Amino acid sequence: MIEYALNFGFVCVSLALLMNLWRLTMGPTTADRILAVDTMAINAIALLVMYGIAKGTAMYFEGALLFAMFGFVSTVAYCKFILRGDIIE
Amino acid sequence: MPFVVELIISLLIVIGGLFLLVGSFGMLKLRDLLPRLHAPTKASTVGVGGVLIASMLYFWVERGHFTIHELLITLFIFLTAPITANLIAKAYMLLNVDPHSDLPPSKQNEGWATFDPVGPEGYDPSEEYQEKEN
Repeated sequence: MIEYALNFGFVCVSLALLMNLWRLTMGPTTADRILAVDTMAINAIALLVMYGIAKGTAMYFEGALLFAMFGFVSTVAYCKFILRGDIIE
Repeated sequence: MPFVVELIISLLIVIGGLFLLVGSFGMLKLRDLLPRLHAPTKASTVGVGGVLIASMLYFWVERGHFTIHELLITLFIFLTAPITANLIAKAYMLLNVDPHSDLPPSKQNEGWATFDPVGPEGYDPSEEYQEKEN
């Protein structure tokens, strides 16, 4: 039963990533694009974790952790750059 | 693996996937950035939390020993999602919102706090730069 649930989850997350990609390319403002990238990072974490369950290995968990950290850091860095014109003052 | 555990893991994965889909669809569908912020920051956080708890349960039952490192990602996302949303909203307001025509008056001298260069106790950072130049 877990295989069917995982297939359903893969389809859901792939559609979500496509929607994020649409917002990333079409987004009218810069903030829309930052939001799209941030959501893409969260969806990629879910995709990696589900792939780890499907393969039965916990190795992909480290990749998910890296995605969580770098997604947050990159979003904050881009927002700080827009707000202050500089990242580390 | 017992049937009940399998059912719980499958339900968590399905619910998590649906929440992620709804979050991204909201980001596509809503009309403006400030409404758009609500969809991914809340729904996607719940969705990825469900998937991570499913992964934690699966490896607990599969390997036999309990680890909480999936909860680490959940905790990290729950902590960072509000900060991200706040910073994106501030960046959007700086670029696209005119405080005089788009926002109601705040009855303060400098207007809204996002656009306020002066700190809460009258501290003005620009004075420091002027002193350094002198």
